[in-house]
Amino acid sequence: MQTTKTAAHASAVVKPKRTGSRLKRKETIAGFLFIGPMLIGVTVLTLIPIVATFLLSLADWNFIAGIKDIKWVGFDNFERLFQDDAFLKSLRNNAVFLLAVPIYLAISMFLAIVIDKHIYMKSYFKVAYFMPYISSIVAVAIVWQVLFNPSAGPVNQTLMALGIENPPKWIADPKYALPSLMMISIWISIGFNMIVYIAGLQSIPRDLYEAAEIDGAGTWTKFKSITFPQLSSTTFFLLVTGIISTFKVFELIAVLTKGGPLNSTTMIVWQLYDTAFVNLKIGYASSMAVVLFFCVLAITLLQWIGQKKWVNY
Amino acid sequence: MTATTIARVRKGVLTAVMFALSILFLMPFLWMLSASVKIEAEVFAYPIKWLPTQWHAIENYKEVWVGKFPFYKYYWNTIKVTVATTVISSIVSALAAYGFSKIQFAASKYLFLIVLATYMIPQQAILVPQFILYRQIGFFDSHLGLILLCSFSVLGTFMLRQFFMGIHNEFIESAKIDGAGHWKIFWRIAFPLVRPAIATYAILRFIWTWNDYQNPLIFLRTDKLYTIQLAMQKFTTINGEFYSLMMAAAVSAIVPLLIIFVIGQKSVIEGIALGGVKG
Repeated sequence: MQTTKTAAHASAVVKPKRTGSRLKRKETIAGFLFIGPMLIGVTVLTLIPIVATFLLSLADWNFIAGIKDIKWVGFDNFERLFQDDAFLKSLRNNAVFLLAVPIYLAISMFLAIVIDKHIYMKSYFKVAYFMPYISSIVAVAIVWQVLFNPSAGPVNQTLMALGIENPPKWIADPKYALPSLMMISIWISIGFNMIVYIAGLQSIPRDLYEAAEIDGAGTWTKFKSITFPQLSSTTFFLLVTGIISTFKVFELIAVLTKGGPLNSTTMIVWQLYDTAFVNLKIGYASSMAVVLFFCVLAITLLQWIGQKKWVNY
Repeated sequence: MTATTIARVRKGVLTAVMFALSILFLMPFLWMLSASVKIEAEVFAYPIKWLPTQWHAIENYKEVWVGKFPFYKYYWNTIKVTVATTVISSIVSALAAYGFSKIQFAASKYLFLIVLATYMIPQQAILVPQFILYRQIGFFDSHLGLILLCSFSVLGTFMLRQFFMGIHNEFIESAKIDGAGHWKIFWRIAFPLVRPAIATYAILRFIWTWNDYQNPLIFLRTDKLYTIQLAMQKFTTINGEFYSLMMAAAVSAIVPLLIIFVIGQKSVIEGIALGGVKG
């Protein structure tokens, strides 16, 4: 609120001599009235909290103690963080989870190309592949939990019927738990990415293909030299949003595994949640939040730089 | 056979193959639906019986909706929170978007940059301070707090700003000459012109809020305030042994969204494709 007032004041003072200055002031007031609610909301619910996160990351504090008991410990939390096995494990899991992104991008691109040009009933397919995306993750996760049930679940029943004697225990097995979550995540993400790819495909000029056909180019050549490069900006965009979203994975873990078994599916946000709201260590959790913030920031900055260099037109 | 017939046959065959693939893709939903109408003993029967030998749909859904852990209450909570969030968020976003695109004033550019910058802050990085703040001001464990939490969407502001920028300034200038203020111009001219965009945003916001699990989990504590997502998880903890009931609950949580999606399909898909937005 403070900034709002001074800024309004400043803009009124800057150009006092112009004839329209009263009109200008009116515009400024109107401007602030229109963006005011948004500005207040963002300030109270985002800007102040992010500053608080940074401050709290330097403190040793828990919910139960009052503000008086706050202990400033400098960068101790961060030092501890990088010796904390569970947290390091969560970072590693986040890195592994990144692999899901190129996989679902490839599947989505393939589906988008096939659905856009080569088949009938386009809108059915769009809706079908989009269903996991609009369904709630909780509901979807519960369904998968049952499907993945090690002994009675339909997935393993089918595998056993196919002659596989010891099918994996999926989310109950430390080795398979993370890949299982990744599979579910791929299944959920395909629809969204496919829709964006279809939009990208529709903006490719048709004459490119016509020219290529005259030159006798086959399907693969057309894909390699027209479709794929023309989609590069879409791919880049989806890659970045995909990577950022892997840093925010929470609901799947919260419903399906709670980070287990043996920390095999813990990821940075889960670790943060667990530290803050289960163990009530506010300062320590805030230092994780700072790490999360910088991870996302780094990728966003890479996006700005990359957009200019990497994208093909 | 002519070339076009061959092409058509090829397209037909490919459609059939893709259709089979899509059924495989939708298998979890089909299984869910089928399990929700079965008696418990038949849920895990193998080979999978897609149609139950003994229908138990009414009993299952009745237990979910008006049983010990009645879903109608949580539905009502969810509808309240979702509708309020959608309406407030749409209006706040539209107002801000208009302010940033159609009112020229000195601070506008800088303020927009600040708002833009907040977009990249992941919500999980500010959960703890938000939680502390809510405890302090008494918004914790209330629907009002939950509603306000998601009502100031930077994303909505960006999306709608693009559309407001597409409105010719002459419209606004001539309205001004006629003596209309911005408030009047906004409601009479600008808002109706971007109504389709606002509808798109509103549907997306509705879906995201309906499906939100993280915020209710952290900001609600009392059972009777639970939204459907929280209730579902609680329900599965209580009824862990009754898979048919769990599936009936899952179907109940998904169906309203499916209906909304089918109605607003075009604008949802367009909105997603246009902004490449993500919840």
